[in-house]
Amino acid sequence: METIVHEFPPYREAEAALEPGAHGPHEDIGFWRKYIFSTDHKIIGIQYGFTALCFMLFGFFLMLMMRWQIAHPGAPVPVVGPLLAKILGQPAAGGVMSPELYNSFGAMHGTIMVFLAVVPLAFAAFGNYVVPLMIGAPDMAFPRVNMASYQAYVLGGLVMLVSFFIPGGAAQAGWTSYSPLATSIPTDGQLFWIIGMILLITSSLLGAVNFIATIIQLRAPGMTWMRLPFFVWAQFVTAFLLLLAFPPLEAAAIMQLMDNVVHTSFFLPTGLAVGGKLAHISGGGSPLLWQHLFWFLGHPEVYVLILPAMGIVCEIIANNTRKPIWGYKSLVYSVLVVGFLSFIVWAHHMYLTGMGTKIATFFQATTMMISIPSVIILTCLFISLWGGSIRFNTPMLFALGFLPMFGIGGLTGLPLGLAPTDIPLHDTYYVIAHFHYVVAPGTIFALFAGIYYWFPKMTGRRMNEFWGRVHFWGSLVFMNLVFMPMFAQGLEGMLRRMSDGGANYSAARVPGVLDTLPNDIMALHTWILWAAVALGVAQIPFIINLFWSMNHGEKVKNDNPWGATTLDWQAPTPPPHGNFAEPPQVYRGPYEYSVPGHATDFTPQNEPDRPGTPVFSPAH
Amino acid sequence: MEIPYAVHPRPDTGIYNAKVGIWLFLASEVMLFGALFSAYVLIRVGTPPGEWPHGWQNVTLGTLNTLVLALSAITTLMAWVACKVRQFGKFKFFHGCTLLLALTFLCIKGFEYDDHLTHYEIHLTAGSNAGGSIADGHMVENDPQKDYVIIKGRYVNDEQELIDLRSQKDIQETELKIPRSQIKDMQSYGPWHNDYLALYFTMTALHALHILGGSIVIGYLWGPGRKLWKVDPEHFTNRVEVSGLFWHFVDLVWIFLFPVLYLM
Amino acid sequence: MSELKTAEPQNAPLMGKSELHEHPVDFNNYLRRCVYVFVAVVCAVSLMLVASYLPHFDWPAKVALILVVACTNAFVVAGFLMHLISEKKMIYTLLAFTAFFFAGLIGLTVWAMQDFPAGTVTH
Repeated sequence: METIVHEFPPYREAEAALEPGAHGPHEDIGFWRKYIFSTDHKIIGIQYGFTALCFMLFGFFLMLMMRWQIAHPGAPVPVVGPLLAKILGQPAAGGVMSPELYNSFGAMHGTIMVFLAVVPLAFAAFGNYVVPLMIGAPDMAFPRVNMASYQAYVLGGLVMLVSFFIPGGAAQAGWTSYSPLATSIPTDGQLFWIIGMILLITSSLLGAVNFIATIIQLRAPGMTWMRLPFFVWAQFVTAFLLLLAFPPLEAAAIMQLMDNVVHTSFFLPTGLAVGGKLAHISGGGSPLLWQHLFWFLGHPEVYVLILPAMGIVCEIIANNTRKPIWGYKSLVYSVLVVGFLSFIVWAHHMYLTGMGTKIATFFQATTMMISIPSVIILTCLFISLWGGSIRFNTPMLFALGFLPMFGIGGLTGLPLGLAPTDIPLHDTYYVIAHFHYVVAPGTIFALFAGIYYWFPKMTGRRMNEFWGRVHFWGSLVFMNLVFMPMFAQGLEGMLRRMSDGGANYSAARVPGVLDTLPNDIMALHTWILWAAVALGVAQIPFIINLFWSMNHGEKVKNDNPWGATTLDWQAPTPPPHGNFAEPPQVYRGPYEYSVPGHATDFTPQNEPDRPGTPVFSPAH
Repeated sequence: MEIPYAVHPRPDTGIYNAKVGIWLFLASEVMLFGALFSAYVLIRVGTPPGEWPHGWQNVTLGTLNTLVLALSAITTLMAWVACKVRQFGKFKFFHGCTLLLALTFLCIKGFEYDDHLTHYEIHLTAGSNAGGSIADGHMVENDPQKDYVIIKGRYVNDEQELIDLRSQKDIQETELKIPRSQIKDMQSYGPWHNDYLALYFTMTALHALHILGGSIVIGYLWGPGRKLWKVDPEHFTNRVEVSGLFWHFVDLVWIFLFPVLYLM
Repeated sequence: MSELKTAEPQNAPLMGKSELHEHPVDFNNYLRRCVYVFVAVVCAVSLMLVASYLPHFDWPAKVALILVVACTNAFVVAGFLMHLISEKKMIYTLLAFTAFFFAGLIGLTVWAMQDFPAGTVTH
């Protein structure tokens, strides 16, 4: 069969032809405006995706170097050691990571992975590419704001990268940048971090405004709220989290900037001593204020990381079980409740700050409450598998991998939500294992699933199935080998953020002392290091597959290779500027698979009812 | 390609895109200033009794600025009304007034900043037999070449006397010549001086940046952006409305900043 | 799942056509409204000034009074200049959520800072 090649539809130019953002026909746009300064949501989505994947790889390399340092404190980093010494000079003298360099790699690994890799990939890349297609819109509501959002993101990323090379190096106070530590470390890296964050927050705010306005205003005729695919709902709630939770961090960043630059004391208490000397400040500030404002963003941010992933997984599961998603309405209401509650749970990150019992009880209660809708979402996705004739292709494998991995991450979070169990576990490797299970084999698996799933729409070709499976099984095995031992280390009391991996507290270093870290727990460091290296190797098939398949992958036979119901698959492949040849009209809900009596096992949302077609009515 | 509902409202929501966008943006601005206000409340509540400064601001100038902004909010609305009834001349007049008022606001703000930054608190060494241990006033001469500074102010013996100025009427200010050898340390009333001034400068500077940003947008619509009026007056009117909503929000922020920083 | 059973397309943009017809704007009417608003703002500012200078007045009551006047002032500006008294439901919903989270941010933070175990030195 031949590939269906769609002609670009004749676009109706805006009558008034006054909008500077309006585009002429494709041929008129040069390379720069088409690929670099593009206002097309699909190009911007791909730009975001590509940039975010690069940052993710970079963040991964930072982590590999840290794992080496943890497993072999004081030994020169193999392979890249000389390069480090050459680029960074003194902090990496002889190819050995100094504790300061370890701290800045740690801070930047967190910052890059959260704000420059996963959020831009999950929210901005997939959201930009897929949401307008799914709701039947020609583009985002504000295409130029969309471009500005991407540019602010790139600029923020560059500021973060540049900070590695300034004297003193990048920020060292952790991704949370707690004051007064963040203000006391003598490096301008923190200043770069703050400026980079302000740019990234600006980017997220512009994106969030655009997403919400697009979903509210540009839904195709007939696309009522309860006909929106769950992915769109997830992105909608995510956008609200970014919109309302990020500004307090921006305010906090401005105040920390003032503390750093003009020596105010917003977060610096009276009597603060730095380096054994009384700091020359006016004092009177509150370090806890920073923590409150940081975690007011920080906790909704967790859901910013996870909700788009759930949306992707939901689409892929519905498509590959060939039956309607179980409990669509429960999913929608759950995601709304999660979004709402996520604003009032933040202080469960702060039980160790000497919090009183009343306020701790409040935050424990809301934290337990928010686990209910999260579990409902996961349960709906699990039940959707029941009785389906599942197609085990690569996107589905990753989506299925997401479910138990996120389950482990979520359930191990419960002890951290309750003050009595959190207090001994706080700041140990248990916490690291917990949130990495949520984000790495959780969210990142969903993101891989999304890449494999939407790749045919973006390029007209499929990614290689065999190497996709190799990628999946390799990632699944090594992810678990990396993170599972950390639970054991954390339960033994190994603290995070120690550049020697806790060697100073090991039984080998201080024999005969109670509660030291046992040898087998310390030995896990080597285990994790090589599992992490193997995890990196397991990504090579993916990287090659991604680039190779763009030009050499198997061509898709039609616009809808997965037989999907949502509107994104009814658009031409790849969708031209303006997306749909004709504005789609929506007639039905998003997951009408295997409708009895229908000729195919999927009924696209824009397929009109024919006389005699039985109206779909789910059994439950 | 044309984005739907860019100019005319979508029937089921009743709003055009940019208006949804600006309200969303304003919601995020509420949270931005909300965080600063919560910082204010926390720091204020955490300050020991009697240490929070009072009467450090020029209330007359603050009141004047409040009225200037209120007036500019009104001219902004009238500029939109003028567009709505398709009278471009009136639009130019009203938004011209808005721009002038915005400039006035920024000038007054700049004057207030200058007043704080030239105001010094000078701690004197123990042995100096001046009228008190602290000299407080505005800098008249601070030439690094010379071994003295001149301020116009007064001597006090206790820092506590400088905290609450509301009850101190008729402060006698004279020119004081202070030898540099007697100065232990010297600090202007900038944001580094104490938490009150830190909050004052941060909040009002962020607000002033919003004024500046709003003025640039309004200036654009008033100047080069007016080309759109000839092509699509409805679209232009929408832009005036959206920028006006932002301007009113900035006014709203000041309505709270004024009492919180000047009166309480 | 009742939505899925709906057979006929719900043609959203065809609904509520009447809302397209806005009320005509009357210039003089608006000018009058603006004068009222300005007078109200002047009154509010004077009231705040007077309140702040009242010599024998309990401090919390004074703060409360000033804040109430400021809120009224804000309501007048938001209501009449930003047309909030006659906005669309969607904008009200958005602002209601924002107000809730705003209150949560300030309220919970202040509560957390008040609720320390007995004997904690806070400053």
